[in-house]
Amino acid sequence: MTPSQRRWIFLVAGAGLAAFYLWGLSGLPGFGNYPGPYGPAILRIAVAQTNATGVVSAINFDYRGFDTVGEEFILFVAATGVAIVLRMLRGERERSAVDEAADRNVPPTSSAVRMVALLFTGPVVLAGWWLASHAQTDPSGGFQGGVMLATAFVLIYLSGEFLVFKRFSPADITDAVEAVGAGGYAAIGVSAVAMGLAYLKDFLPLGQVPGAVSSSGTIALISFFVGIEVAAAFILIVAELLEQTLLIRQGG
Amino acid sequence: MNTLAVNTPYTVPVAMMDVLQVTLLILVAAGATAVVLIRARVRQVLMLSIYGVLLAVLFLVFQAPDVTLSELTIGAVLLPIVILLTLAKVRKREQ
Repeated sequence: MTPSQRRWIFLVAGAGLAAFYLWGLSGLPGFGNYPGPYGPAILRIAVAQTNATGVVSAINFDYRGFDTVGEEFILFVAATGVAIVLRMLRGERERSAVDEAADRNVPPTSSAVRMVALLFTGPVVLAGWWLASHAQTDPSGGFQGGVMLATAFVLIYLSGEFLVFKRFSPADITDAVEAVGAGGYAAIGVSAVAMGLAYLKDFLPLGQVPGAVSSSGTIALISFFVGIEVAAAFILIVAELLEQTLLIRQGG
Repeated sequence: MNTLAVNTPYTVPVAMMDVLQVTLLILVAAGATAVVLIRARVRQVLMLSIYGVLLAVLFLVFQAPDVTLSELTIGAVLLPIVILLTLAKVRKREQ
C-alpha cells in the first residue's frame, strides 16, 4: 500500500468518525442536566434508607455493592498478576544491584527529601485511616483511604532505604492483608445470604444518628475492608517493582 | 438562579463556577497535550504527575471530591512512581 492510499483511507475513516462523534454529541442532554430517574430517586431515599450521609459510598458499597465487589477483585487480580509475572524463576538468583557506571556521580538522597518524607508519613497514615473509616459520613471511602495508606509506605521508602521499606511491609503480611481485605468484602455478602437475605444486603444495625461513624451498618465495614485491600495491593505492586529495580536477577 | 445547577448548601455564583470549570478544562487539555509532546522520558513522567494534579482539581471543581482524593494519590504519585521504577529497570539493562 502506498502512502497516498493510506492517507486516503485515514481521511475517509477520520471523517466518518468525526461525523458519528458530532452526531452523538448533538443528541446528548445539556451540560449538567441529568435526565434519568435514578439519581433523584437515590438522593431522596438514600440517607433515610442507609443512615449514611456519604451518599456516594452508600451507592458504591450498598445499592451497587455487587459492582464494587467486581472492581475490588479486578485490583486483587491485577496485584496477583504483577506478583506472578515478576516472581523469581527457577535458575534465577537474587543479588543486590551493582552500579554499572561506578564513576558517575550519584547524588545521595538530600536530607530535605528525607525530612519532608518523614514529616508527611504520620499525617498521611492518619488521613488514610480516616478516609477508609469515614465512608459513611462524607466523600471518604476505602479506595481513597487505601491508596493514601500505600503512599505512606512510598514515603517511608523515600525517607530511608529499600530495606526499611521492606521491614515496614513484609511480603507475607502484605499478601495476607490483601487477601483478608478482598475476602472480607465477599464474606460480608455471603453472611447476608446465610441470614436468608440478598447478597450484600445490609444486615448490621444502622445506628441512630445519620452520618455518625457508627452508622450505616455494612457500608462502613465494607469500606474498611476495601481500604486495607487497596492499600495492600498497591504496596505489593510498588514493592515488586522496587525489588525488580534494586535487586538484579540473573540466570545462574 | 444564583447558585449552581446542582443544589448545594454553598452559594457560589454560577458565573464564577463556570469560569473555574472552563479554565480547568483548558488546563487539563493543555496538560494532556504536554504529556504527549514532551519526549524526554523523565520529564514526561514529571508532566504526567502535574497532569494528575490538574485532573484532581478538575474533579473537585466538578463536585466529585471522592474521585479527587483517589486521583491525587494514583495520578500524581503512584502511577509516576511505577513508570519511573520501570524506566530505571530498563535503563539498567540497556547499559
